[in-house]
Amino acid sequence: MDLALKELGDYISGSLGDVVTDMECRLDELMITIKREDILGVLKFLRDDANCQFKQLMDLCGVDFPEEDERFCVVYNLLSLTHNNRIRVKTWTDENTPVASATQLFSSAGWWERETWDLYGIYFADHPDLRRILTDYGFEGHPLRKDFPLTGYVELRYDDEQKRVVYEPVHLTQEFRTFDFLSPWEGVQPVLPGDEKAETTDGAAEEGA
Amino acid sequence: MAETEIKNYNLNFGPQHPAAHGVLRMVLEMDGEVIERTDPHIGLLHRGTEKLIEYKTYAQAVPYFDRLDYVAPQNQEHAFVLAVEKLFGVAVPKRGQYIRVLFCEIGRILNHLLNITSYAMDVGAMTPMLWAFEERERLMEFCEGVSGARLHMNYYRVGGVAFDMPHGMDADIKDWADNFTTFIDDLELLLTENRIFKQRTVDIGVISAEQCYDWGFSGPNIRASGVPWDLRKSQPYDAYAEMNFDIPVGKHGDCYDRYLVRILEMRESLKIIHQCLEYMPDGPYKSEDHKVTPPSRADMKQSMEAMIHHFKLFTEGMRVPAGETYTAVEAPKGEFGVFLIADGTNKPYRCKIRAPGFAHLQAMDFLSKGHMLADAVANIGSIDVVFGEIDR
Repeated sequence: MDLALKELGDYISGSLGDVVTDMECRLDELMITIKREDILGVLKFLRDDANCQFKQLMDLCGVDFPEEDERFCVVYNLLSLTHNNRIRVKTWTDENTPVASATQLFSSAGWWERETWDLYGIYFADHPDLRRILTDYGFEGHPLRKDFPLTGYVELRYDDEQKRVVYEPVHLTQEFRTFDFLSPWEGVQPVLPGDEKAETTDGAAEEGA
Repeated sequence: MAETEIKNYNLNFGPQHPAAHGVLRMVLEMDGEVIERTDPHIGLLHRGTEKLIEYKTYAQAVPYFDRLDYVAPQNQEHAFVLAVEKLFGVAVPKRGQYIRVLFCEIGRILNHLLNITSYAMDVGAMTPMLWAFEERERLMEFCEGVSGARLHMNYYRVGGVAFDMPHGMDADIKDWADNFTTFIDDLELLLTENRIFKQRTVDIGVISAEQCYDWGFSGPNIRASGVPWDLRKSQPYDAYAEMNFDIPVGKHGDCYDRYLVRILEMRESLKIIHQCLEYMPDGPYKSEDHKVTPPSRADMKQSMEAMIHHFKLFTEGMRVPAGETYTAVEAPKGEFGVFLIADGTNKPYRCKIRAPGFAHLQAMDFLSKGHMLADAVANIGSIDVVFGEIDR
């Protein structure tokens, strides 16, 4: 399984050339990173090529890495029913640079892209109907960005005088608590002092022999 | 008499309409009684699950999956624990796998019972709903017996399941499974050849295999269009590779075929349940790796190490090695995927949930175009939407 996937990955990166900047095959999953400008060409190739046949776009989502130069990663998960394979296509962008919309290739991309726009603010060029989808009408901000607080900025309340629900700035009766139980210790390899010597003597013995 | 121009008008369908299966608001552009355009507005049940999971440890994230598709919660949990297990490389003991598969199939029947019968109610049949709820109650009793909760089980764990099945439960499930075939027969007697039911569903919302690919369909909906695609067969996980069952496939891809596929799937699920019960091995029901699963209470009284493991697991949680995976399971509604990015800490960096209903509802405009208003109801029912998973 792993070997066949690797071959497929080599075939894809061989056929597409410079467009593929990175190819990885881990945990039985194939992943390629491509340049943003070529996304439509790559998706079209993956969909139509006889060896790929990734006819279904199962998922499209964004990931936020604020420390990167281009902070957003757009991830396409494709599925080939013919070859029973999956591939993950990644491309990077920032707040201002649009990514070409995949709606002309896959109809299912429409809502996934709307969702990505809604939650991350990644703009998709030539999308027929790029509106918010999951958040409320008139919502501001992009909630899944790492710099958006978990508690949000506004809260909703029914106002008895106005006879309707109103938005108000969020008011926490208790400060938001987040517990960091991550132990700083476990990154250390459990090597006891003196143990490393055993290996070096082994190595020395082999070299000597 | 001069011809008068009739203007299209917009109709708001839901969010309080009983046939909207929850909180769907659809803006329908109508030409008389014919639908010109459908614009589903979703997100009224959006709870920010993905954001919340980023702030929770891996074990704390599991209950959120119950609350996605609340009709069949087990299957969602399954996808998440499989994803974490894949990153971790934990092996699940056979008994754990069998219990999981058993309850996944119970979840599938739970889901199909609710979907088929509420769908029947949408198109005019009241009785099936009342019958099915009795059966659902029985199944939920099994869920309660094994996990303590009827609905939101929170039962699957990374490395296995939370508890072993109580003594005697396998016999109870077997009793139920033996009698359930008669129930499906009765249900079919009410619906399958029912004239009204057929008039409302045959040739409504037809979608071809090619169009299914385009719209990202999966599960019973793609099978109704004649594509024999089932992740339990094609990319088997847990003990599914050892199970012997068939994939029902439809021919026309209309609402009626989607109903038939679900009925047949219940019968196949029953086969799997019987096999699980028959071949259920003895042994541990969760992994013995105590970096992942808590040690037993008895061990904790005896062993210092077990105590430490327990403490670490319930404060810090498990540290999942950095990596990413897209793991999908065949949930009752279709492909339920979890795209998980772990950064080596005790919390997921990103957990994207791929809900099958999201893709299916998206095709609502395509399915309903040119149909009558009443057919929109049939379409919603037949693609099986639950807003817990669509809005997340």
